Amino acid sequence: MKGKYEVRLAGFGGQGIILAGHILGKAASLFEKKNAVFTQSYGPEARGGSCSADVVISDETIHYPKVIEPDVLVLMSQGALGTYGNSIKDGGILILDEDLVSLMEEPSGLTVYRAPATRIAEEMGKRIVANIVMLGAVTALGGVVGYESMKKAVTDSIPAGTEDFNISAFDKGYEYGKSLLS
Amino acid sequence: MADRDLLVGEHFIHGDAACAEGAIASGCLFFAGYPITPATEVAERMARRLPEVGGVYIQMEDEIASMAAILGASWGGAKSMTATSGPGFSLMMENIGLGMMTETPCVVVNIQRGGPSTGLPTLVGQADVMQARWGSHGDYGCIALAPASPQECFDLTIKAFNLSETYRQPVFVLADEVVGHMTEKVIIPKREKLHILARSLAKAPKQDYLPFDSSGLLPPPMAIAGQGYHVHVTGLTHDERGYPVITAEVQERNVRHIVDKVRKNAQRIIEVDTVGLEDAEVVVVAYGCTSRVARQAVENLRQKGFKVGLVKLITIWPFPSNLIRDLSKRVKAFIVPEINYGQIAYEVERTAQGDAEVLLMALMGGSIHTPSEIEEAVGEYL
Repeated sequence: MKGKYEVRLAGFGGQGIILAGHILGKAASLFEKKNAVFTQSYGPEARGGSCSADVVISDETIHYPKVIEPDVLVLMSQGALGTYGNSIKDGGILILDEDLVSLMEEPSGLTVYRAPATRIAEEMGKRIVANIVMLGAVTALGGVVGYESMKKAVTDSIPAGTEDFNISAFDKGYEYGKSLLS
Repeated sequence: MADRDLLVGEHFIHGDAACAEGAIASGCLFFAGYPITPATEVAERMARRLPEVGGVYIQMEDEIASMAAILGASWGGAKSMTATSGPGFSLMMENIGLGMMTETPCVVVNIQRGGPSTGLPTLVGQADVMQARWGSHGDYGCIALAPASPQECFDLTIKAFNLSETYRQPVFVLADEVVGHMTEKVIIPKREKLHILARSLAKAPKQDYLPFDSSGLLPPPMAIAGQGYHVHVTGLTHDERGYPVITAEVQERNVRHIVDKVRKNAQRIIEVDTVGLEDAEVVVVAYGCTSRVARQAVENLRQKGFKVGLVKLITIWPFPSNLIRDLSKRVKAFIVPEINYGQIAYEVERTAQGDAEVLLMALMGGSIHTPSEIEEAVGEYL
């Protein structure tokens, strides 16, 4: 990764989108010693409203804090596709939770990956780790932050006692992402 | 942990949390507040942290009571703080005036959202700037600091506590939703690297001590409850002992004192960051989250060889009038992007006295400017 990199994760409130953005920013900032700014947008609803987590990562000082055109866009709801689908940079990477987001047509000029993050989490018995599964996939596919840094950031950001389960969710997502590349 | 007051190290936290850590590092031992988006996370962090350091957290029935409680705690000897946003800041105004009149050190954090009224609870605004300056009735000096990052939230909350102790009055940390909810690396240094001002306590013999002595430009040390001094604290116009004296003569002394301690010390208090002022033909004046957008715009333009500068206000109040006045004699224009319909732009205009043009770039709230918008506005004058 060189220069400035913008990542946007979007879905609906309750999916852990904000935590996922926080973990990504923390991995870049504290464990890769880059500059990272994490911002979020959400409505007044506690759950169900659309929300997005924006992370800007750079080797330089980051003045403008928001994402303008994400290099990597991660969508975990159909609503998020409507709101944020067009924001992605030409040549960017689009990562979808394939059971929750369907495209009308294949977009041109983008690399599209599909990962069943929520289904994998459900198979593990806990749908709430869908965000961590997705982070694993993003780590493999996005080329933004390294595997070890992300793993540290996940462990550092989740409730004590849930480390093994979350790391196993992260690894499942990472493996799935790797399988898409081979 | 050796020092629970100070989480030394690197953290990835948002501005609200960094304000709370700045307070804890300053020795704040009392927080009273009422939750309100986007300042709730300040209260949340204080609720968790204060019991760890032997402090007291109270969730009050509303913001009027919250402000009253932190004034009382301060006279009880504790450094104290509250945090709120626009609607709560409005409710606090009466007791902010009480704090100014009774010369009570404390810190009020306002994470600004879009207003008026309940406005935009979850979205950014910068429209409480004039309310911070003039919101409570009567004349008083105002100190307000505007952080632009979580690191500055930490640093400037400490500075706010120090200023509140020096000038013995409520001091505002006037952040905005973008900065409050923005998460970045915050470095908390070791204690010996921090400058923390302890409460200056009365030492004079009881018969000689004047708690509201106004003979100097700085207020005297405080006598706190339980120290043994007989102190009367009132919002009424009072003499140097603190006793109400309702005369024009005492009012003259009383009000001049609480205004002049800030006005005549303004050059000591004022802090700005500047870029490119040495050759600037156009200067952008900005604060809070908007100053980061302005910085990006100014750097983009300077890379292309344009002579543009930036004044980032760290203290919004007192306002750096001398700097703006000097610049107005040699620059063509000031560009003032802010997330309101004109507040600091008018202060710049007033100070420039017609010697330079002033362009307000107003946003009503809910979004921030883009660098290219500011670059275009500057381009009009180059």
